[in-house]
Formats: sequence, C-alpha cells, structure tokens
Amino acid sequence: MKRVVLALAIALALGLAASAPFVRAALDENATEVKIDNFSFTPSTMSVPVGTQVHWINRDDIPHTVVSEDKAFKSKALDTDDRFSYTFSKPGTYKYFCSLHPKMTAIIVVH
Amino acid sequence: MDHNTKDEILHDHHHDGIDRRGFLKCMAWAGTGALCLMKGGVLQSYSLSRLPELKAKDAQAELSFVQISDSHMGFNKPENTDVVGTFKAAIDKINALPLKPAFMLHTGDVSHLSKPEEFDTVQQMLKSASVKDVFYVPGEHDMLNDDGQQFRQRFGGGRQGGGWYSFDHKGVHFIGLVNVMNLKAGGLGNLGGEQLAWMEKDVKHLSKSAPIVVFAHIPLWTIYPEWGWGTEDSAQALSYLKRFGSVTVLNGHIHQTMQKVEGNVTFHTAASTAFPQPKPGTAPSAGPMKVPAEQLRSLLGITDVNYRRGQHALAVVDSSLG
Repeated sequence: MKRVVLALAIALALGLAASAPFVRAALDENATEVKIDNFSFTPSTMSVPVGTQVHWINRDDIPHTVVSEDKAFKSKALDTDDRFSYTFSKPGTYKYFCSLHPKMTAIIVVH
Repeated sequence: MDHNTKDEILHDHHHDGIDRRGFLKCMAWAGTGALCLMKGGVLQSYSLSRLPELKAKDAQAELSFVQISDSHMGFNKPENTDVVGTFKAAIDKINALPLKPAFMLHTGDVSHLSKPEEFDTVQQMLKSASVKDVFYVPGEHDMLNDDGQQFRQRFGGGRQGGGWYSFDHKGVHFIGLVNVMNLKAGGLGNLGGEQLAWMEKDVKHLSKSAPIVVFAHIPLWTIYPEWGWGTEDSAQALSYLKRFGSVTVLNGHIHQTMQKVEGNVTFHTAASTAFPQPKPGTAPSAGPMKVPAEQLRSLLGITDVNYRRGQHALAVVDSSLG
C-alpha cells in the first residue's frame, strides 16, 4: 500500500513539474514581439522555445539597432516603424543591445 | 556704456580663474546664449544682449570660428518637419556674424540616417555659407550600417584610423575625435586604445602655452550617464591635456547648450540645428522634444568661438536661430 501511495505521489509531482513549463511555453508562444520605445526594449527579458522567430519593431522617432553581444544577430539601423526578425535555432541566453545607444540592453532566453 | 550692469562678473576669490557665482550664472544663461571669457585669470560673463558693445571693445579676436552640430538632415518627424529650413537659418546666422569665422566645425549627426542624399544636402547647402572650410567629426547617425566608411570618404580625406585628426590654426591646436565607434553594451561613448595612443603622441610636442580645442560628438564629460551622455574613456584623453593652460572641449549630441569649467578645461555643448532634446532626466527618454512651433528656433542654434592671443581662454558664444 505504501508503495502505491509513493508511486501516486511521484506521478503527481512529475505531472505538475511537466505541466508548469508547458504553461509557460504556451504563454511565450504569443509573446514574440519586442517593442522599441523611449530608448528601451520591452519586454527587457523574453523567454522563447527553440525555433521561435522573434520580431522587433521600432516605435521611436530615432533609429535604433538590435545587435547581440556574441554577434549571433545584427540588424541594420531601424527607422521609425521598421522591423527586424531573427529565428533562434539554438538554446542559450542571448544578450543584445542598440549599438547606437548602448545603454539600451535586453535579453532573449531560448530554451 | 553701463559698467555697473549685473551681466558682468569680476570676482576670483580662489585665484584660479574661476568665479563660482560667475560660473553658475553662465550655466543659467546657457539656454538663452551667453559669452564667457577669461581675462588675466578673471572670468567675465556677458548675456547676449550685451554683445553689441562687446564688438567694438573686446571682440577683436585673432581667430574666430563657428561650431554647428546635429543637423540631422533627413529627419522629418513632428518635432521639426523642416530641418532644411532651420539649417538654412543657421547658415544665415553664420553669414551675419560680425567677425567672419575662419572655418566651421561640425560636431556630428550631419545626417539622420547616413543616406547619401542627406549628406549631399548638407554639403550643397554649406556652399552658400561665407565660411568655406568645414571640419567634421561623425555622430552615431553618420555611421549607420557601414561603420562610417561613407562618412570618412566624404569628409575624412584619407585620415588615419577611425577618422580622428588634428590641425593647427594661428597657434591654436585643434583635435577632432571620434567617440561613436565600437560602442559596448551598457556603455557610453568610446574613444578606444588606438585613438588615445594617437592623441597622447599628437600633443606631446606642443608647448604648454598652446591653446587646445578638442571637438567630438558625444560629450567628453559625464553629463547624464543614464542617457549615455558621456564618454567611457574621456578621463584618459583629458589626462594628456593637464599641462596645457587653456583647453576648450566642444561637443554636440545632447541638442542643448551646456557649459562647465573644471580647472584649465572649459566644456561646452552646442545646440542642434534640427530639434531640441529634454534636459537630463526630465523626460522618459532622450528622444526629440516637441515644443510649440513658435518656440522651436529659440532652442536651436550655432556656437561662435573667439580666440585672442594673450587671453587665457577662448570665448564661446551661443546664438539661437530665432
């Protein structure tokens, strides 16, 4: 009897553990756009599954760029309403910034 | 002439050439235009309203030159839909200066998007200026997508490295620096080791009495790091200039006039000819500032600089476009 309870408890724990990342991933599926506004990236940290295409759009009156610190991706200068997209094919933590206004920094976490 | 006017300050309690009250007054006037000049170690400041009387008595400079900045040719947002018109007004202002400037310094952001037609427009329009020689340093807007290759081809004339250079005119040594290249994530403007080594060597042979003028796009003093208004390694650059009696640092980038005196160094930023930006920390970001149309030209301008041999420092005068 004890073993059955233990097995049930393990199954329950596994189930919960498995469902939590699923819920997170499901939310992130929709959030693949980073807005550039007021000299900042929003959201400043975004978590996405491997294979996701992330889109950036510049809503400022001033051009900005999207450049990863490890040079994995680098946009041209984006004028107002210009867009840039990049598909993340490998997991990792990608720190990026605007090479014109380097105080602007943000992170994409690919899992 | 009214000699008791409050516009003039003649105090130097510390005997270091800097009057604290006078300095603050210069700061307060910076938005509307002020002239600060040093005579025999005493700082004098004048509001622009007193310039006419200065012309005869004091403004007999041996060298006069003018600084323009941040023309952002190609910008067409509501903050200024006519940057051609305001640039034309700046040229008219230069052509009307009582002392004809020997040359012009453009401290960067010539263009808004580094487009060939934007550079073309500025070059074409400057042909109508009474001043023919223009010395440029790039802003970050001039380096888009090609790390400044086009800019150096147009304005650099085979200069070494990243396009920095120096020249002498009437005993004044001018140093044009580039601090908008290879910017690091999270950082400020950047000069870099190669440029610093060049600069140290460049000033080594100079006599300490030679007046020095350094010009670069991003301020070489930390104005507001939260908005990137400063240069990471500017202290290193300034350390090479400690032994000189008179150093004037002219910058742009922040689209407003600001002045600071620190020891032998006078720091000054020029207004833009295109659009104003907010005072540090007074807005969510450093983006263009929208002001009523009738106020726009009062926040744009040019900077006129005069040097007279034997004078301690160069006189820096801001004039708005309207």
